[in-house]
Order: sequence, then structure tokens, then C-alpha cells
Amino acid sequence: MAMRAKDLSANVSRRTFLAGSAGATLVMGLGVVLPGCTREEVVEDIAADAASKSFAPTVWFEIGGDGGILVNIAKAEMGQHVGTALARIVADELGANWDDVGIKHVDSDPKWGYMVTGGSWSVFTSFAMLSQSGAAGRTILRDAGAAMLGANPDDVSVENSMVSAGGESVSFAEIVRKGDVSRVFSDEELAALPVKAPADRKLIGKPAQALDVPAKSGGGAVYGLDVELDGMVYAHPLIPPTRYGSAILGIDDTAAKDIKGYQQTLQLTDPSETLQGWAVVIADSFPAAMKAAQAINVDYEPGPTAHVTEDDILAEGAKLAADKSTGVLMVDDGDVAAARESAARTYTASYTTSTALHFTLEPQNAVVEFADGKCHIHSGNQWQSLILPVLSSALDMPETDIIIHQYYLGGGFGRRLFGDSMIPAALAAKALGKPVKLVFPRAEDSRFDCVRSASVAQFDASIDADGKVTGIEHAVVAGWPTLAMAPGFMPDGVDGEGKYDPFSANGADHWYTLANHKVRIVNNDLAQRTFLPGWLRAVGPGWINWGVESFLDELAQETGKDPIEMRLAMLDAAGKNAGTAPNSVGGAARLAAVLEDVRERSGWGRELPEGEGLGVATTYGQERNMPTWIACVAHVAVSEGRVEVKKLWQTIDCGTVVHPDGAMAQAEGGSLWGVSLALHEGTRFQDGQVADTNLDGYTPLRMSNVPELDLEFMDSTEFPTGMGEPPIIAVQPAIGNAIFAATGTRLRDLPIRLS
Amino acid sequence: MIEFELNGQTVSSASDTDTPLLWVVRDELKLKGTKFGCGIAMCGACTVHIDGVATRSCITRIGDVAGRSVTTIEGLTGDAGNALKQAWVDEQVPQCGYCQSGQIMQAASLLANTPKPTDEQITAAMDGNLCRCMAYTRIRRAIKTAAGGEEA
Repeated sequence: MAMRAKDLSANVSRRTFLAGSAGATLVMGLGVVLPGCTREEVVEDIAADAASKSFAPTVWFEIGGDGGILVNIAKAEMGQHVGTALARIVADELGANWDDVGIKHVDSDPKWGYMVTGGSWSVFTSFAMLSQSGAAGRTILRDAGAAMLGANPDDVSVENSMVSAGGESVSFAEIVRKGDVSRVFSDEELAALPVKAPADRKLIGKPAQALDVPAKSGGGAVYGLDVELDGMVYAHPLIPPTRYGSAILGIDDTAAKDIKGYQQTLQLTDPSETLQGWAVVIADSFPAAMKAAQAINVDYEPGPTAHVTEDDILAEGAKLAADKSTGVLMVDDGDVAAARESAARTYTASYTTSTALHFTLEPQNAVVEFADGKCHIHSGNQWQSLILPVLSSALDMPETDIIIHQYYLGGGFGRRLFGDSMIPAALAAKALGKPVKLVFPRAEDSRFDCVRSASVAQFDASIDADGKVTGIEHAVVAGWPTLAMAPGFMPDGVDGEGKYDPFSANGADHWYTLANHKVRIVNNDLAQRTFLPGWLRAVGPGWINWGVESFLDELAQETGKDPIEMRLAMLDAAGKNAGTAPNSVGGAARLAAVLEDVRERSGWGRELPEGEGLGVATTYGQERNMPTWIACVAHVAVSEGRVEVKKLWQTIDCGTVVHPDGAMAQAEGGSLWGVSLALHEGTRFQDGQVADTNLDGYTPLRMSNVPELDLEFMDSTEFPTGMGEPPIIAVQPAIGNAIFAATGTRLRDLPIRLS
Repeated sequence: MIEFELNGQTVSSASDTDTPLLWVVRDELKLKGTKFGCGIAMCGACTVHIDGVATRSCITRIGDVAGRSVTTIEGLTGDAGNALKQAWVDEQVPQCGYCQSGQIMQAASLLANTPKPTDEQITAAMDGNLCRCMAYTRIRRAIKTAAGGEEA
């Protein structure tokens, strides 16, 4: 089964909503009653504070006798203020006073079901369940409050945490304190409950401050790196020369033995084979571990990719892109071969993107302790359900005995989707019989990164005698993260000839109408053998759209059309591009609308000074099923071999904007990520490893590189989609296209280097 | 034994003199607001004040702060410090938040010397502080908010 947003959004069927009193707290949840249990038992278990025995909640919140409302959040907080957005959806439907609402980020526990935070999915996949849960909670409070007021439930209002009728009110707190509220809704009853019309919303779409911001504005927020446990020792990783196949022949720590605080160097054997040729330095303090690591010599037998370079990987990619017998088809519309035969002319171009690092500012780390027969892992993580089975194999203990305690993430960006840094900490803690805190210093963090693979794309277009593009063949070649880490999530190709990584393909199945369109997704096997490819923020579209939108610009030039007019003509919302309810109502017409808006706002077509230009690009976000419609115009000035981005305009339609300021923050940061990936980031493989491991070589955008930003959201009450990544995607090709407009030079490689 | 002042209190460390101040503050003296990012003074997440001057604690040897006064984010109080922290909330600056202690300490140093900085002065002072989430526009805005506008 392919993991797509729609699968994760698991509709509310076969779920139960229930409420029960546990002392002076009213507990409410939407979830699945566990096999062999009844709803009534769940309510009894709630009263005994033991509901996890019988119930697996997806949504779980409680109202205390003081009126405080606590919403449990199973998503990772990594800068997107996800808890605020999710809690506001529940609280709005519940009729809560926002000042009463707090959130808690929960630990991994099987009862939470599948735990993953990524893909810009959180709001999209949670919205329906949170809305219906809030509505159910409101119904329960309404009925209980009406009984206390002696009023008919149809005559009461529920607002600001108060139930009111005929000038009298009872608060949620009073209802909860009265106790004995228990109620169960079946899935049919739940589905029949009305949710608010957009016009009646009090919190969704309204201004709010994020709940995590105060702690992050005074040094009080606790990240994984801040965790300490009694009796712990510090560990520093020794990274082997290759990701795979390295072996340690010998370790000489003679020189380290004089270092105060050095304890030992521990060679690790990892049954999960995630770590190959690994050792960790153990010391009383982290500075001692760092100093000792410098003094230790490890003799390695390097793996087979010890001499691979970036050029090797790109050359392999180019070869695979040109060989039309390779890969798996993602799109096969019409007949590109026939279009090619009848073409008046053809046009071909290839694009590359270089290796990029996650470079989370908080380096990878984990604190691990074995206690009471359980393995407790303290580490900020995005995809607990992915790493738990790996840990289970590495530690030879059941997944259910491994608990990942969640913290704020000092940057996620996809790096923390794979919690492989937990493994050496856990193996060391197991071997030593004491808690271990493992910290990756920056260079080690970069060398162990699951980098964004270098990529090659080839486009072959057919053009008829009237200058109309009649067909495009597109080959997309890269290392595949999903093949390496979650192969069960790869869908079948449309030709039935194998599976492909959707996260190395999304972006190619765009909403431009093409009668003849073929997309071939190809794994770069050399990349796959050399490193662990990772999901980097914006994932497939973050690099695939560089080729798609640059090539469209080339075709506009080639056929003598205005780049925006040509795109609008292809955004006809016909056939498969018409959109479907509820996710993509309006289809490509909404992409056309944001494109028209940004054309207007950017003053497209105006005269600019010599050496300056405007470039355009669009994106539909992360996946066709969850489109966030964005059009971008970039204004660049090129002089003396330097590119200055003067201004970016983006018009964004993500449907209903749940937390507007949070969405704007994502749009701002994402826009700058686009500039950074276009002009400032990128590294290369050299001797089987990334060449740039710290800020002296890897140079993300700084304040002095920030252009003027002009970002607008479309007013919409359509179903909310994602905002964590899509604002990155169109920026890169818009900059490349603007450079072409300014200089006549077509750039086809990311990052952009003029000389 | 090295003695120095930390947030107004006299503290001591028995660590080697070449131990980075960052780890003494975080792991010995248990103030976790100061962060480890790059270890080579190029990200600014570890920024503290030494005798009032913004300094990268990851490359500052503990032996070099003997007898001096160190301020961390936890000790940044008073009207100016509180105004900055409040401006960070008012402008909703942090995303992941990991760099923000360092950003605030750097900004405090800027405002102590230049109470009404221009855009150019803000950029010059803040360019050494990486924000990986790239919340730069809000960092700039919050500094201006805390400063109460530019010099006329």
C-alpha cells in the first residue's frame, strides 16, 4: 500500500467517541475500542484512569474541574506550531474558551496508533476527526449543561466554555465537577453530528499566538539535547568511512587514556544492520568524549563505496535517465511515442540537483535508559512507528517494551523521520548497563545524515507545427529514501512493472493538462549503495519541480509564448485535472487563480533595468491528493556573476487556513528555504562521504541574504491542506527562470552557480 | 578550580581550563537555555554575554572566563532583556526555537550598544546567527519592536 495522505487521514468509520468522568476530570476521546472490550468497559476504565487497557484513541482530550482543557498531541513540534493548530480545531467545535486550552505532546505508545509527523499532513489528516470529536464533546456538554439549567438542549448555546440558556449559564468546569458524565457515540451517531459552518467558527482562521512560543522565547523549551538522567555517561560517535559495509579492524585508544574523564571506546554490533563498523567513545562528560575522540585511532576496512564521488552519482543518474528501458511508470497518459512521431520538432533538456543536508541546528542525539524491563528513549522524533521495529531488532526486545519520550525538535525537516541516532545510544546503554547520552557533534551529524539524494531529470518534448506542446516524456532519477527505510509504502507503477518511491516522484504528476505525458521514476542504484537517501523538507517536489517548471519555461521560450500565458493555457482543469471533493475541489482552476493573482501583484511584464528579470513557477505542494496551490514570481538582479534575489511574491491557496499566523510563518521560512536551496546550500560526495560537514563549507541563507517577501493567502473555506513544505517548492525554478529573463542564460543545475 | 560570575552568582568549575564554557554552563551548572549547534562559532546558538559582550561559548575556554561575568539567556532580565523576550512572543518569532536563545543574546548585545538600530545595523549584528527555520524577517521585526523603532 502506498502511504498517501488519504490513507493516513483514516476517516472516522468504525471509530467510537466516548466520554467518561475520572474523578474531577472529564475525559473524551475518539478512537477504537480494543478487541474483546466493550464501550461500557472503556467508560469504566476511564473512571479508573486505565482507559488504555480497552481503548486506542486518535483524539484524546480532557477537561479538569478547574475548567482547564488539555488536548493530547501525537504529532512532533518542530517549528510548525502543530499543537496549536490541532487544538484550535477541537476547541472551536467544542465551544471552548481558548484561554482554557493547553496541549501535551505524548510519548510513543501503541495506543496512539501510527505515529508520524511529516509530509505537511498533520492538519489535513486530522481535521475531520478533530472537528467531529469537538462536535461530539460539545453535544455532551450541551446536554449535561441543559439538564443542569433545566433547559431544552435545543435551546442552549455553547460558547467560551459556557453552556447558556435564558440568561443563565453553567461553565464547563461546573459541569465537569458535577461529575458522572458518561456517554458513547457510535460511528454512525458521530457522523450525524453537525460540525460548524465556516461562518460560525470562533478560532479556526482567527488570529492566535502559538502555545509553544513563550517557552521558546526565553530558553525554557526542553529539546532532546537537554535531557539528563541520573547516573548517565556521555557518548560520542565514531563514524565509519562509508555508510554501508565498513568494518573495524582495530581501535587504538592509547593516547585517549590520559584524558581526564575518558572511560572507554565501545565497539557496537547492531543486529538491525543500521550501523555498520561503528564505535562510540564513552566519557564522564561530553567535552572529555570529544577530546578523546580526537585522540583515538580506528583502523577501518572501508565499504565498497569508499571512493564514490558526486560526479559518479550524477553520471550514473544521467545514464539511467537517457536509457528509456529503466524505471517504473508513474504517469502514462496518451501516447508520447505517437506524439513524437508526428512532431514538427522536439526539444530536450536535462536538470540536476546536488546533494543537500538537513543540518538541523539541534544535532542528532538520544538519551537511553533501561529500567523495569523497558527501554526508555528520550529523543525528539518525527516517525516513532518507523524506528520502533528497527530498535526492536537492534535490541532484541519487543516494540511494546520500547518507549520513545517526545521533546521539542530543534529542527526536523525530515531528518528526524528516521531515528537512527537512537540506535548507538541504545546499544551502548544496553552494553554498559547504565543510561547513556549520545550527542552527534556537527561534523558527525552531517556525515551520518540521510541526505537529499543528488538527482537527474531528463525531459523530451514534442512540439507540433503550430508551436503547441503535444507531449512530454520525463525521467526522474535519484536515490530513494522510501526504498531504503519504508519499502512497504511504495506503490505499483501504472505499467504494473514494479514499485516506485512516491516521495521521489511527487511533483512529476502535475496538474498541467498534457494529452501525451509519460513519467518514468528511476532509482539511482549507485546513490542507494553509497548513502542512506533521506526525505528533506518539501521532499520530491522540492527538487523534481526544479526540472518541471524550468522546462516549461524553456518551452515557452522555444515556442515564443509568455511563460504565464502558456501555463494558464495548460491549467484548463479538464479531465483528471478537474479536482475531486473534498481535497482538491476546483482542481487546476485554483492553480490558475493563484497564478493570475501573482501575475497581477508582481507587475508581470513591466520594464526592468538591465540585468534584472522576473521569473515564474507554480507548485501543487506535496502530492496530487493534497494540493496546496501556489504560484511564485521572483525578481532577481544579476551582476558580476552574483545573483541577488530582490523580491519574492507567492500567492497560496491551502484551503481553510487554520492558524493564519502559523501558516504565514511557514510561508516566510519556506520561501527563504527555497532561496537557500537555490543559491546557498548543496554539497557533494567525495570519497564516499559528504564533503561539507559544517558551516565553514555548508552555508544556509543568513539574514543578509533575505529578499523582500510579499506573501498572500487566498480566502477559502475549502478543506485545509498542508503548509509545512509547499512554500519552498516554486521558489527555486522561479529564481532560475528569473535569471534567464535577466541574462538569457539558462541554468539547469541546483544549487545555482553562475561561474 | 575556576571561579566566575554566572547570572550574578559566583560559581566554580573543576574542569580543565580548555573546556568550552558552553558545556560547563549546560552540563555542570545545569542551565540548558544555551544551545550547541556547530561547535565552531559559526551558528550563534551558544551565544552568551561575557562582561556584557556577545560571545560564542562553544569556543570560549573556561580558563578564559575566570573572574569574569557571564550572562546566559536565563540571566537576561531587567527591562531590556524582558522587552526582547516579550517582543519575541509578540512577533511570534520562534519556529523550532533552537537558535532563539542565541538570537536574543546577540540582539541584546546589539541594543545595549545601539538602542535604535537601523536595518543595516541589525543585519550586521545578526548575520552570524543562523536560524535554520529562517525566521529572519520576524527576528528583525522583534528587534525593532523591542527597540521601540529606529533613531529619528
